Amino acid sequence: MEASTERNPPPFPDPMDRETNSNKLEEESDDEGEDIFTGNIKSTSGTPVNQIPTDIFTEEGSGTTLQSHRVPQQDANGLRSDDDQDLFAEATVELSIDKVNNRERKEMTRPSPSVQDISFKSSATNKSLEEWEEEENKDKFELNIAVTNPEKVGDGMNAYMAYKVSTQTTLPMFKSTTFSVRRRFSDFLGLSEKLSEKHSHHGYIVPPPPEKSVVGMTKVKVGKEDHSSAEFVERRRAALERYLKRVVSHQTLLQDPDVREFLEKDELPRAVSTQALSGAGFLKMINKASDAVNKMTIKMNESDNWFEEKFQEVENEEQQLRKLHTVVDALVNHRKELCVNTAVFAKSMAMLGTSEDNTALSRALSQLAEVEDKMEHLHQEQACSDFFLFAELLADYIRLLGAVRNSFDHRMKTWQKWQDAQNTLQKKREVEAKLLWANKPDKLQQAKEEITEWEAKVTQYEGDFERICTTVRQEVLRFEKEKARDFKIHIIKYLESLLLSQQRIIKYWEAFLPEAKAIV
Amino acid sequence: MEESGLSVSADSIRVTEVTADGDALIFTITSQKLNSDVGICVCRTFEDFEWLQQGLFSQEDVSGLQGIIFPPLPGKPVSSSQSQAQAKALKQLGFLAMGEDWKSYCKALEIYLQQVASHSTLSKNKALDNLLTNSEPPGKQRVHKGIFSRLSHAMVELRKENHKDLDDFFQNERNNILNTTHFSKAATEKFLEVVLTEQRLAVACGHLSTSLHLCVHQDDPDAANFSKICMKLSEIIDTVKRNFEKVADNNLSTLGLGLDMECRGQEAKKDMLFRRTCKLVELETATKSAEKAKPNKKAVMEEVKKVIQKDFENLSSIAKEEIGRFNKSRVTLLRSSLVDWCEKQLHTARENQELLSRQLEACKTLQCD
Repeated sequence: MEASTERNPPPFPDPMDRETNSNKLEEESDDEGEDIFTGNIKSTSGTPVNQIPTDIFTEEGSGTTLQSHRVPQQDANGLRSDDDQDLFAEATVELSIDKVNNRERKEMTRPSPSVQDISFKSSATNKSLEEWEEEENKDKFELNIAVTNPEKVGDGMNAYMAYKVSTQTTLPMFKSTTFSVRRRFSDFLGLSEKLSEKHSHHGYIVPPPPEKSVVGMTKVKVGKEDHSSAEFVERRRAALERYLKRVVSHQTLLQDPDVREFLEKDELPRAVSTQALSGAGFLKMINKASDAVNKMTIKMNESDNWFEEKFQEVENEEQQLRKLHTVVDALVNHRKELCVNTAVFAKSMAMLGTSEDNTALSRALSQLAEVEDKMEHLHQEQACSDFFLFAELLADYIRLLGAVRNSFDHRMKTWQKWQDAQNTLQKKREVEAKLLWANKPDKLQQAKEEITEWEAKVTQYEGDFERICTTVRQEVLRFEKEKARDFKIHIIKYLESLLLSQQRIIKYWEAFLPEAKAIV
Repeated sequence: MEESGLSVSADSIRVTEVTADGDALIFTITSQKLNSDVGICVCRTFEDFEWLQQGLFSQEDVSGLQGIIFPPLPGKPVSSSQSQAQAKALKQLGFLAMGEDWKSYCKALEIYLQQVASHSTLSKNKALDNLLTNSEPPGKQRVHKGIFSRLSHAMVELRKENHKDLDDFFQNERNNILNTTHFSKAATEKFLEVVLTEQRLAVACGHLSTSLHLCVHQDDPDAANFSKICMKLSEIIDTVKRNFEKVADNNLSTLGLGLDMECRGQEAKKDMLFRRTCKLVELETATKSAEKAKPNKKAVMEEVKKVIQKDFENLSSIAKEEIGRFNKSRVTLLRSSLVDWCEKQLHTARENQELLSRQLEACKTLQCD
């Protein structure tokens, strides 16, 4: 069978390609792989832990095998140290051969025999989940990305902004260590669309791209060289940078060849139909999906409270972040107001200074005007800092939480698919029973074939569901960690900017004091 | 002529506190008897101050009274917790209505009293001594308006304002005063806007700090790290808030007050110059009348003109002195406002830097994994 030839460890790019192919093949039944696979699993289940076999439904379930697959992929790329390979050796020695094809594998053959295997596997992969988490923190390879140099290309309404995307890395999967390309906004949207298509229905939290803005871009296209369009471009540039950084910090997404291509390839084919995946379009899509799924939710027999609780938390958090965002916005506006008022005051002091007869007083007043002017600049910088460090961070996370909800929704959909398949199987069995009674051999044969087909589907979908449960759990944990880290970094940056501001203020006052004292 | 009037030392006058009695405010004034340790304490309402001011305006036996630049009395304080009344107070009193417990207003009253008490002529007025020392409040006698109450600038008066002067010095002063009053008023208003914005920023920070507090999840262990971070940020924003409050307070109690005094002082000077101009017009009218008078009336008219002329010259010489005194005192006042302002802001800035540094250190060591 073709399946067996896929066993040999292929060079890196291929599994990815095969993955993209295999995703499309998901629906097909492929019985062959199962047996081989189950065989593998059985042989490794003995090795790990003598932990109490956990109930399949309360643990991550058998979907965990998928997760272990991911790590060895990275092994092959040299992303992980050799230690990891040993760690996962028993569990995954065959899996490293078998890489990503796992997705199309229906490894959960028949429910009954696999239960035991599954429980052993869960304990094995429980351990590996922790290890995996630890490993994730010890980034052994460097990857730095920057988005800079926005440049207007073209004229009139066909004009667009091109950004320089620079990468500096020690990852071997890239052709060189430092390189840069020029990309436009629709390129980013195109990348996001591809990533979303490929990964979100597996339960991955795919970072949403920055929002599209017709008004903002039109101003830039028209060539309005004013403050607001400069601010818009800067805002977009920063958003694009943050987006890319998030994409590459996600281990699975980083492996995606589309991401590599995006960073490396000189010319990208123009991404079309990016409407759906941008800003409002994206949110609309999520909301539609979650509305549809919400109707299904009521029926889902949630055997794992974890998901229900987490989902509720995610929703609460989104509300809180929205509130925070509004408040921060108000703060930013007040800062801007302070800038304006300080500038106006500075001017009025300057006028007062020039009309003053007493020379020392006149000089002091003019100095005062200058000090206030400098303060205004500080306030301006601080307003930007408030904005970029917080308002945009909050906005990013509000959208990210939407993506988290999306992954929960995909889990629901997967469950629903499984349930539907079970129902269909049931119906087919009933048909078979009726046919047996009615004694129609040809139709009976067809019925039996259909039953086999649907049995396989049920197994496959059950496997999918368990896999997606695990993925979602991991993703949520990863997301929460990253969120905490992200916020901490931003707070530190904010404090540093406040301190810098404060130090400059002190200098200004110290310089002014002697002027004030010199008045006679 | 009464003996040199004031029994207390001008420098010791303080308006220490204000208490509310229904809608009215009662000010406590303390001072020290001249050359003695004896302290005096009296309670007065705003009307009592008005009584004093009117009394000063209406002294008929002081020659050249109109040439004096009268220390300006702050406007009437409106005490009410209703926001409408507060908005009105802000509009009328500006900086003096701000700050806690009418601190700035009390300071302005204090400065007023000190200025009157240190004025060589005005301090001799019995009313001042009465106000400062008499245990009984001055009677609510009807104050007669005196020779010049607040002159309204009707169209007629405006023409007088532009009347050409005989004396270059005064012409110069009159030319400048328009600019000065305009600019100092503008500067005061703009500064008020700055301070109000700072206060609004403090309130916004307060909201943010509270909202962050609400983001704390107690129960979920996974979210513990994020909760810690939210708490930290809440503390930081709180620091930012308190800094804004302090900065605003420093602003209004030093430079704000100083600018307000400067504004009102310049207005008082302008009033005086206007009074002189009016007298000048009066003189020129009288001169013309005297020239045109029929022989039988001429002598009388001449006499009238001579009186007015003497008045005018008196007024002008006092005015010149007053301008010199005024310039000196305003420079001193502004200097102390500016120095005070700078020192307070510097102190606050250093304090804030200290706080922020400590918080930065705490953040860096925040366990987050």
